[in-house]
Amino acid sequence: MKLWEIAHSRTGDKGNISNVSLIVYDIKDYELIKEKVTADLVKKWFKDIVKGEVVRYELPQLGALNFVMYDALGGGVTRSLALDKHGKSLSSYLLDIEI
Amino acid sequence: MKKIRIGSGAGYAGDRLEPALELIEKGHIDYISFECLAERTIAIAQKAKLADPSKGYNGLLEHRMDKVLPLAHKHKVKVITNMGAANPQSAADLVSRMAEEKGLKGLKVAAVYGDDVTDKLDKYKDTIVWETGKPLAELDGIISANVYMGIDGILEALKNGADIIITGRVSDPALFLAPLVYEFGWDLNNYELLGKGTLIGHLLECGGQATGGYYAEPGKKDVERPWELGFPIAEVSEDGDCIITKVEGSGGVVNKDTLIEQLLYEIHDPSSYLTPDCIADFSKVTFTQKDKDIVEVKGATGREKTDTLKVSIGYKDCFIGEGEISYAGPGCLERAKLAAEIVEKRLKLTNVKYDELRIDFIGINSIYKNSERKYNTPEEVRLRVAARTKNKSDAAKIGNEVETLYTNGPAGGGGATKSVSEIVSVASILINRTDVEAKVVYKEVQ
Repeated sequence: MKLWEIAHSRTGDKGNISNVSLIVYDIKDYELIKEKVTADLVKKWFKDIVKGEVVRYELPQLGALNFVMYDALGGGVTRSLALDKHGKSLSSYLLDIEI
Repeated sequence: MKKIRIGSGAGYAGDRLEPALELIEKGHIDYISFECLAERTIAIAQKAKLADPSKGYNGLLEHRMDKVLPLAHKHKVKVITNMGAANPQSAADLVSRMAEEKGLKGLKVAAVYGDDVTDKLDKYKDTIVWETGKPLAELDGIISANVYMGIDGILEALKNGADIIITGRVSDPALFLAPLVYEFGWDLNNYELLGKGTLIGHLLECGGQATGGYYAEPGKKDVERPWELGFPIAEVSEDGDCIITKVEGSGGVVNKDTLIEQLLYEIHDPSSYLTPDCIADFSKVTFTQKDKDIVEVKGATGREKTDTLKVSIGYKDCFIGEGEISYAGPGCLERAKLAAEIVEKRLKLTNVKYDELRIDFIGINSIYKNSERKYNTPEEVRLRVAARTKNKSDAAKIGNEVETLYTNGPAGGGGATKSVSEIVSVASILINRTDVEAKVVYKEVQ
């Protein structure tokens, strides 16, 4: 199943750092995403975009994970050559991961 | 128990105006704050101020205040905004003149400034810039340097009876935290309360992003009438707990999911959100739905603020040249790929210098680059070529080479566009808090 079926997401940007949240609709699914969606997996998923490390923070009471991806926005929002300079649409691609 | 209601009037510089007017008229609010100053916006505003010393504030200030001033005056709502950008004093002059023309006697307008620290940079020549990893002295083309100030200036303006407060660079949450500290008399050393107030500011600072904006996913996350999205209201108690809601009957939705998405928006470590007023800790926050579009927020806290403040330095960085052209029908992707090859070879043959070149096939891989991904054959595709250059003439040649594909490239190319942008980037350093002092001036409408 795709993460999209059980979770939603929003991306934020600061300079060349992108953060992507992953939030389950039903708190019962939190343990599943906590086990399956590791920082390593996310780093591999975005390997052609994210040049730096990926750090994961856990918010169990909200059923949410927060992935902070370093060196992820083509040099930063102002100078990136990407069409989506903020990386806002990366959230939707995270939800494309099959678990 | 005393409660204060604060509304969010804008989530970014160019945001919709109607939701703010709806909040003032129907939201039973005491304050409305407009966050309108993205990171590099102030550098661009500084350029406008250099060209004309009476300018350099938000371009929509007049448009917004024309409607906001009479309504805010009528409903006794105080207005706080960073629309002053690089020139809060001129912005306050303009707003007080507008208020006078509208006959809003007694209205007190304050300008909060002191964030421009350009003249203090000399002290920090050896400081390492975050983005470049090199000393500040090596950064060329500096246009502006603005420090993120905390609530001090806004708080002083409120204590002196200001009705409309226009700031330059302050932290976004400060626009919301300041009135809470003022109204409840919170101790500036009570970091738990400052952390709670910072959370409220963080949830509200992006306007509609808390009330179902930037949220809809048809069939999974449905949003009522997004074209009439209501902006958020926080109803705050003296202990810093609050409910988040919106005007009854407005479009949008407030639930735990809209708020969790916003809680983590632009947040790194949720237990350490650094602001000028405290280090806020959002790691134990809870959201409880109390009624339709009414969510209770609890659990934020905070720790003592740091000794330093962040400065955003705007500098002339580079140029970006872009060109796009579309292909359709059978073989469209192959023709787009040939078009890209032609442009690359032409740039080489004509000796165009660039630091980085990017080729996207819009509809295939412009958003999500993944070399291992397999794509279905598209019915149409748009080639995009973008390059970063040191000078404007090289940047212009990028789009020109895409445009000449019309008569020189593969069959059936259409809808070519091109652009050149001068890029102002932002670099960051930390400076000592003791180097910064908020200043406030007032204009009272006679």
